[in-house]
Amino acid sequence: MGALSSRAAKLAAPIGVAATWLTTPAFATTSDISAADTAWMMVATALVLMMTIPGLALFYSGMVRKKNVLATMAQSLAAVTIISILWVAFGYSLVFVGDGPLLGTLDRWFLAGMTMDGVNPAAKTIPESLFMLYQMTFAIITVALVAGSVADRMRFSAYLMFSVGWFMFVYVPLAHWVWGRGFLGTMGVLDFAGGLVVHLSAGIGGLVAAKVMGRRYGYGTENLSPFDLSLAVAGTGLLWVGWFGFNGGSALAANSRAVMAITATHLAACAGALTWGAIEWTIRCKPSVLGMISGAVAGLGTITPASGFVAPWHGIVIGVIAGSMCFWACTWLKHRFKYDDSLDVFGVHGVGGMTGMLLAGVFATASIGGTSGLIEGNAGLLLVQLSGIVVTLAWSGGVTYLVLKLVSAFVPLRVSREQELEGLDISQHGEALQ
Amino acid sequence: MKRTEPALPKIIGNEGLTMKLVVAIIKPFKLDEVRQALTAIGVTGMTITEVKGYGRQKGHTEIYRGAEYVVNFLPKLRIEIAVPSNLADKAVDVITSSARTGQIGDGKIFVTPIDHALRIRTGETDGDAL
Repeated sequence: MGALSSRAAKLAAPIGVAATWLTTPAFATTSDISAADTAWMMVATALVLMMTIPGLALFYSGMVRKKNVLATMAQSLAAVTIISILWVAFGYSLVFVGDGPLLGTLDRWFLAGMTMDGVNPAAKTIPESLFMLYQMTFAIITVALVAGSVADRMRFSAYLMFSVGWFMFVYVPLAHWVWGRGFLGTMGVLDFAGGLVVHLSAGIGGLVAAKVMGRRYGYGTENLSPFDLSLAVAGTGLLWVGWFGFNGGSALAANSRAVMAITATHLAACAGALTWGAIEWTIRCKPSVLGMISGAVAGLGTITPASGFVAPWHGIVIGVIAGSMCFWACTWLKHRFKYDDSLDVFGVHGVGGMTGMLLAGVFATASIGGTSGLIEGNAGLLLVQLSGIVVTLAWSGGVTYLVLKLVSAFVPLRVSREQELEGLDISQHGEALQ
Repeated sequence: MKRTEPALPKIIGNEGLTMKLVVAIIKPFKLDEVRQALTAIGVTGMTITEVKGYGRQKGHTEIYRGAEYVVNFLPKLRIEIAVPSNLADKAVDVITSSARTGQIGDGKIFVTPIDHALRIRTGETDGDAL
């Protein structure tokens, strides 16, 4: 998606002139569709969908208590089903069709006017329907990520309403600003695969949600230890592999930039896992499996905005910094401010997203992504990245709060105390693991 | 066709042999050694239960990212065997030697008298029922 901003700049003029799309297919150019790019992007789309189901569903549900496993999986499933429909209904169109600074248009609502061979100018070598599907999987996982911070206590009906509102008012505008030729992309903010749009927005949204919802009963006094970390390890493996599609696919083509992104991604995951494990080994005498998988996901989340702009060895450095920063956030920071971010969405994705955005500003390499960062003498990029972070923190944080308040006018956000103690599986879904 | 049930012997074994119930709490991974040792001295059956508890070993601390939990109750196995009184000391000896690691948390053994025993299938009592 980083390719978007540069391509968008070239395309902005002709599209702006021919802005009478209501009757004609907007981007109908059939000549450039590449079989190779299409094949890779179909695979990448499947990989990113796999990150949510079953990747994130396993990762999250392995870390909650046994009585909440199914309810946690239900949140990932709900995100897939609801967001897919909303994406087709209006999300895709508002994000990727039209290039207003704040929002796209509704010209493609319910895919109106999308043709078999049409393309989106952001990805001219693959069918527009594939571009739409690929971007759909990002919206899905972002909404599903937020659920981790309110795990163990959110009412399912409230979660569904929150997901719809959060998608409409946080994800859609933000994705347009960064990737859809909105003002952040035009400013030159580098976010290859979603450091702002996915990780920071979900992370800060999760933090606000955790604060608004309050801590779980027994937090700090009772044993809330994970049900089955082996599920979380399996989930991490699926996320890790899926991330090749997430970051590699963000090149929107089967090219060497995609491979470069995948290389940096894999190395960052490895370095993150090693770093988190090593820190635990040093200060707690034992490297935990939860620590290693947390470090891997931290590395993956942190390299996300930078992949496609940095060299492979930068991935290792970014992974080490990611493992350290996110470890600090999940241990010290969380206790210092006493918030109950159940599955550390802010600690891993929020802090990782911010760190990755800044490191993209440091390590961006012109020969890879066409943009120079601090190391190549372009200190200004760091400032641009920082402004992207500030906008995302403010927008996602503030609007998440408003959406939660709106939902709570209709239905209580939390389940009752009895239901929480009994478990969400039985109280929300009428089933339970035996 | 209704079958006539055989009359059960009377369930009072005061003329029977005296018996002991040996209850041992052991580390779970020692079960097989204990079972083999007991079989070798002629103990023909046992009941085991997965239990949790603590004694001098206390619990341990588990750390999940930033969260530390003190786990007071550790998993153990509870073995119950019923033996003729003259075999009880021997049984206690072999359980002790086979379940022992020398580390804290090896477990405990309790011996209590049994008033009566009865095999449900045949109605045999006391010594005959073991």
